[in-house]
Amino acid sequence: MRDDSHVESMDPNSVRKVVTVEAPQATAWRVFTEGMSTWWPLAQYKIGQANAVAAIVEPFAGGRWYERGEDGSTCDWGRVVAWEPPARLVLTWDIGADWKYDPGLGTELEIRFIAEGDRRTRVELEHRRLDRYGARRDEMREIFDKGGDWGRLLARFAEVAAHGS
Amino acid sequence: MANAHAERVLDALGDPTRRAVFARLRGRARSVGEIAAGLDVSRPAVSQHLKVLRDARLVTARAEGTRRVYAVDPRGIEAARDWLDGFWDRALAAFKEAAEREASKEKGSK
Repeated sequence: MRDDSHVESMDPNSVRKVVTVEAPQATAWRVFTEGMSTWWPLAQYKIGQANAVAAIVEPFAGGRWYERGEDGSTCDWGRVVAWEPPARLVLTWDIGADWKYDPGLGTELEIRFIAEGDRRTRVELEHRRLDRYGARRDEMREIFDKGGDWGRLLARFAEVAAHGS
Repeated sequence: MANAHAERVLDALGDPTRRAVFARLRGRARSVGEIAAGLDVSRPAVSQHLKVLRDARLVTARAEGTRRVYAVDPRGIEAARDWLDGFWDRALAAFKEAAEREASKEKGSK
């Protein structure tokens, strides 16, 4: 994953990531959308009070994108803007810098699934309109993108520290 | 989605003395006395720093005879690394794994 992700964007309002998966385009699309609960890191990446058990993208433009808690409660994350299986998905990401749902936020996620042969798919993700975070844009961009040099240094230190303990 | 554990880890390591205490555990486990011996810090102060490090799951303690021995706990480090890796890196890495698992399942059933 890390090796695939050096696409750098000069746009301060956008984060871009690319990952190549060894799976047919239709499979990649299906796992990303209806299978989101099987891979989304729900233990950490959720906003509700309850433990989250599912991440759901309704399969049509205008649909909801939300998490469901173990108690049945739901918390919206955003909306489906474009639903074009198996090639393109656009969602709004309406989670504020305080990690609460803000229906007016309107940052945008576009995910493209590009077939590279029968069994391989290139998946491009762009998280854009980060200017919607206002004064907290740079901080949020950092969270979505990556830790930078000091982060890698700390990780390396940690590896050395933990080794042999 | 804020990673509360990672924040505790980073707060704990934000103090230079505590960082020095943590660094004394690099490579091997040590007792409070051994940790304090390499630093200009009293043993009670070292114990206090170790408590904060334990709360952040950066160190573990175990009894060895009559003394307690402290070692690096990888869980705190992993939480910090997850946070540092970037949200979309982590999410896409998990997606890649799931999609490839599904693809090999489909291939197997054909």
